Amino acid sequence: MISKTINLTLKVWRQNREEKKGRLENYHAKDISVDMSFLEMIDVVNEDLTKNRKEPIAFDHDCREGICGMCGAVINGRVHGHEKETTLCQLHMRHFSDGDTIVIEPWRSRAFPLIKDLVVDRSALDRIIAAGGYISVNTGGAPDANGLPIAREVAETAFNAAACIGCGACVAACPNASAMLFVSAKVSHLALLPQGRPEAAKRVQAMVRLMDECGFGNCSNETECEAECPKGISILNIAWLNREFLKAEFS
Amino acid sequence: MKADTKLDAKIPAGPLEEKWDRYRFDLKLVNPANKKKFEIIVVGTGLAGASAAATLAELGYHVKNFCIQDSPRRAHSIAAQGGINAAKNYANDGDSVWRLFYDTIKGGDFRAREANVYRLAQISNHIIDHCVAQGIPFARDYGGFLDNRSFGGAQVSRTFYAKGQTGQQLLIGAYSALMRQVSNGMVKLFPRREMMDLVIVDGKARGIVVRNLITGEMETYDAHAVVLATGGYGNVFNLSTNAMASNVTAAFRAYKKGAYFANPCFTQIHPTCIPVHGTFQSKLTLMSESLRNDGRVWVPKKPGDKRLPGDIPESERDYFLENKYPSFGNLVPRDVASRNAKEQCDKGKGVGETGLAVYLDFEDAIKQVGENVIAGKYGNLFEMYKKITGENPYRAPMMIFPAVHYTMGGLWVDYNLMSTIPGLFVLGEANFSDHGANRLGASALMQGLADGYFVIPYTIGGYLAQTSFSNVNPSISSEFKQSVKQIHEKVEKLLSVNGKRTVSEFHRELGLILWEHCGMSRNEEGLSKSLSMVNNLRHEYWENVYVPGTGKDFNQSLENAGRVADFLEFGELMINDALARKESCGCHFNTAFQTEENEAKRDDENFCHVAAWEYTGDAQKPNSHKESLSFENVELSQRSYK
Repeated sequence: MISKTINLTLKVWRQNREEKKGRLENYHAKDISVDMSFLEMIDVVNEDLTKNRKEPIAFDHDCREGICGMCGAVINGRVHGHEKETTLCQLHMRHFSDGDTIVIEPWRSRAFPLIKDLVVDRSALDRIIAAGGYISVNTGGAPDANGLPIAREVAETAFNAAACIGCGACVAACPNASAMLFVSAKVSHLALLPQGRPEAAKRVQAMVRLMDECGFGNCSNETECEAECPKGISILNIAWLNREFLKAEFS
Repeated sequence: MKADTKLDAKIPAGPLEEKWDRYRFDLKLVNPANKKKFEIIVVGTGLAGASAAATLAELGYHVKNFCIQDSPRRAHSIAAQGGINAAKNYANDGDSVWRLFYDTIKGGDFRAREANVYRLAQISNHIIDHCVAQGIPFARDYGGFLDNRSFGGAQVSRTFYAKGQTGQQLLIGAYSALMRQVSNGMVKLFPRREMMDLVIVDGKARGIVVRNLITGEMETYDAHAVVLATGGYGNVFNLSTNAMASNVTAAFRAYKKGAYFANPCFTQIHPTCIPVHGTFQSKLTLMSESLRNDGRVWVPKKPGDKRLPGDIPESERDYFLENKYPSFGNLVPRDVASRNAKEQCDKGKGVGETGLAVYLDFEDAIKQVGENVIAGKYGNLFEMYKKITGENPYRAPMMIFPAVHYTMGGLWVDYNLMSTIPGLFVLGEANFSDHGANRLGASALMQGLADGYFVIPYTIGGYLAQTSFSNVNPSISSEFKQSVKQIHEKVEKLLSVNGKRTVSEFHRELGLILWEHCGMSRNEEGLSKSLSMVNNLRHEYWENVYVPGTGKDFNQSLENAGRVADFLEFGELMINDALARKESCGCHFNTAFQTEENEAKRDDENFCHVAAWEYTGDAQKPNSHKESLSFENVELSQRSYK
């Protein structure tokens, strides 16, 4: 069993934050083992660029096991690549063929200013969480953890919403660059749990207001976000968010 | 053994059970109105850092919180899978604070402090209460109550979990609490910053220098105390289960400023990881050790047998763990399982393309209980394996190999979690305190959150209340200026070497040396040899590395070059520590010190201590200090798993 290698042509977006315009540049990725992850393939290309005294491609990445949410790029027009429920670091080269041309671009959204090449600034997502994505409890003095039974289904539904890794794929996938899936996941996670109810109305209003201020677009039910979300976050959360928001506005 | 005056662990007097309560009462308090006059720097936003920053801000301190990633939510605590221990005894199976304490001390092979570990066990229950109040969606049973599962090294079910993503959920809880304080204006957040130096004024930690990773600017920040929660140094091995940015730099720069580094050779190697596939592999992925409950570990009896696993008849398979350890079988502790897998591969019996893997076979378990039951237990892990390897573990056995996972060593701290530098506190994996020579599963999350939520908020108050502070202004302070100048020089030096080899090539080479000689098993000859190898490599680095780009830019190659430069120096410290510890204990297995059953043989008479190293200058041998460990409440025993 000798692992297969493939050769690829890459078209990669190169741009520095000071530059007004970026461009796609061509690179050759040679002898890429199909067992490599997509990011390892970029590592190889970067080693090659470095040895040839050229500047390597900047890209965000950290855990490389699909949980930190740091990586992400648009691969041939698909956010995090074409495999379902997969972050870019977990996309493996066996899903590509010898001779393929792969176009690699950064997340594109007004709310995500470009820093360099494939690296964008997603701090808007942190600002939305700061607006209300929490339960206001100080450390110390919490009651016994089993003092508040929560039905298993409720806990699981909340968990499924809480599984969001904050990578921004939903924004990148949306034609309106809306952050509704991200915001709704947090709103649902906390609104579903009894601990999160007391400030549910305040939370949803504050988070939605901040989302609008950050320059994200509106939701027009394209459902691209759900299709591309690496963690399978359901758009049912958006329905839940809308319900919570309307309830809050009219009460 | 002579007591080391600088290594006063400040363990409070009194019975073990009462130490923490009494001490909290004795600690000086900072008046609520005065708290706002204090500024605290917290470096790191993992479980320890984020929980500390949030809690200190809740108390009224002004906090500056730094992280290397683009968002505090990305810290590597997020990748923890299995769970978090607590002595709740919800399962009514005989658990108690005392049992959690005892299991942790024993699991660490009697190389941790009793008082710290007992406090950890006491606090564990408060952590779960607080996390539930924060909205962390732990697994629950049909009655709506919290569910528990079992983990290695314990005979009770005390592990709380949220599917295979416990670390993520706990971190999001701490991150949410942190962002709430950002919104309140109590925490100022500095993402994409890397700590380059610790600044000491009048003998106290008073600030840090960070590199802004976007602009390349060196920025200076001052405070009344500095808290490091910068994680472990597993990436010194190049390949580990750590995230790519995990590094030793912050801790190592503090070491160079006078903080002692404790037990650097204590590194945990986890037995069940997905094997290396090639030279350009960037990291290793852990598979939860729970798989060993049902999977059977084996290799072909004949070295070099290249048949497919299904073609190898039962009689030609060696179930080496079951054969060697009949009573524990596949469930021996992590260090034992890892060492044995390596031994088989060293004999040429390893499987797969590289020969560096053993089988973990579920065929019998599937036959016994059916595929559905196995899928219910391990479905997500099987999916993960399939995604990475392209192989279906329901049909063919998994291939696994040990990988560097966690570092028990770290900066030395006293009971207050303060290092040997006044005002420098160290939390979580970055300190050495609670796990001795081996950490039990589901205890890392517990320690990180204990340190951040429940220990540092008290002990830092005691320090601030009793200390007088001079005014510090980073823009005119000579200490800050000197530090910035030195860092600039180092950066310029890295960029100007202009050699022929890339940073990654050096990192790979360093990793291989350490893995071979300072990894799962060690011996004096190999360690001595590796010391000179690392030394040579470090010299070559500064003559032959090539770092592209400039310092005034977003430059990931430069970031990496600085980290690898520190790893190269740190590697020597690890080896020196391993050489000095002439015994085996937990993860530190020196082949010259083993029982007849090939288990780690401790030397409690001469090595029942924490080894703490003091920096004495570049390329100088560090000074050795020892904190003697005394066990007043447990009896030291030899581990055996036969």
